[in-house]
Amino acid sequence: MSLALDALTTLAVSVGAFFFLAGTVGLLRFPDALSRLHALTKADNLGLGLVVLGLLFQVEGPFAALKLISVWLLTLLAGATVTQLIARTARPGGPPV
Amino acid sequence: MAFDSGLAVLVLGVAVWTIAARDTFAAVVGFVAYGLLLALAWVRLAAPDVALTEAAIGSGVTGGLLIGASTRLRRTETAAAGEEPGPTLRLAAAVLCVLVSAGLAAIVLMLPEPAPTLAPQAAANIAATGLGNPVTAVLMAYRAIDTLLETVVLLLALVGVWSLAPDRVWGGFPGPRHHADPDGVLTFIAQLLVPLGILVGIHIFWVGSVAPGGEFQGATILAAMWILAMMAGLVDAPPVSRRWLRLLLIAGPAVFFAIGLAGFAMAGAFLAYPVEYAKLLIVTIEIPVTLSIAATLALLVAGPPERAPHR
Amino acid sequence: MADFLVAAAGFVLATVALGLVRILRGPGDDDRIMAPQLLGTGGIAALLLLAEAMRVPAAVDAALILALLAAFVSAAFVKGFARPGADGA
Repeated sequence: MSLALDALTTLAVSVGAFFFLAGTVGLLRFPDALSRLHALTKADNLGLGLVVLGLLFQVEGPFAALKLISVWLLTLLAGATVTQLIARTARPGGPPV
Repeated sequence: MAFDSGLAVLVLGVAVWTIAARDTFAAVVGFVAYGLLLALAWVRLAAPDVALTEAAIGSGVTGGLLIGASTRLRRTETAAAGEEPGPTLRLAAAVLCVLVSAGLAAIVLMLPEPAPTLAPQAAANIAATGLGNPVTAVLMAYRAIDTLLETVVLLLALVGVWSLAPDRVWGGFPGPRHHADPDGVLTFIAQLLVPLGILVGIHIFWVGSVAPGGEFQGATILAAMWILAMMAGLVDAPPVSRRWLRLLLIAGPAVFFAIGLAGFAMAGAFLAYPVEYAKLLIVTIEIPVTLSIAATLALLVAGPPERAPHR
Repeated sequence: MADFLVAAAGFVLATVALGLVRILRGPGDDDRIMAPQLLGTGGIAALLLLAEAMRVPAAVDAALILALLAAFVSAAFVKGFARPGADGA
């Protein structure tokens, strides 16, 4: 049983780490600030979600699992809204009127 | 270990970049990055209390403070850039830094094995304080006087910041008026995050008696949420002459000091706690101290008064 | 398992470092305001992995704080970066 859980964790965390790499590659290669921001936020948050999923198989007790999920939800919430804020400033024409 | 060496190299690299950065804004970004990486390093060193504090104060609130300063200085930035210190002064500063670092490294590397420490005694006597977290026991029981003095120092810093106000706005509102755009993104962010942040702040404060956390970290989160609400224009910074504000600021140190004096009557020394009431007294001190520190930090970031009070 | 989690944390940290190099070097400040986002998400992932690998549950609390404060610092950067009166907020 624990071998299966370990295998699931390894899989989920590896895919999550791959998405972090994808986010950084996007950051390095995309031509303008807005698309870089897009790549960064989407890929990194997805990567974080997969990492949290992988860790859920390892923690003991529902409270710890709930805490991990709340960290992920908070990051998602904060990330989505703050990215909007940054995008308006980084927009080539300035913030929308 | 590969992770630790990689982290150390990264921290050093970011530090060097921050010092070499040309523009204040870039340097602040580097400083915040440096703080967050240091929090990771503290976790690696199995010091989660310090990691919490570093992430909250060392990187978050100080970053907000520095950005405020950088914005105020932007007008004078080009003039200041022409006054860079000459090569002799820079060389002297570099030599001094190298000497201090080398001294610290020598001391750490030459410590006897095992290094002298009071940790076993601190852990052994923790039952008398009623607490479960040895770091909180050190802060609030064994070295409570240091914590009391820290709260006073924070207050003095705030008074120093207020003293920068020009005479005509003395006692007025700190910082510019931020207008809340009801459809704006920042307003939405604040309405969403501030209640969550307050909950997290109270949780981190409360859990500090048995696990890493405590009043400084909790207060910092509360302060950051207040500053966020001010930036979004949801609340205006209160004028610094308001009585309730001043009472809030001194409540923490005052209660701390009063309980300290009561220690003479109850247990024979300043800030001594009788064993039966130790936990109760510590919590009685911690609650007003948390509120006072939160208010102090938020007002430190808000800055000196810039708008005259309504009188 | 613990070694794998620490290695994963190291990998995530390496991607953050790469991104940081690009962000900090990028001419102008447009890219630099993304730094708290990058460090925030990456740092949270690394902290959560280390929390499990090193059996330090408090690192999850540190990740909570990081989530809140990364948002706070980003908002402060945007406020500090925008010209007065031109807040897109």
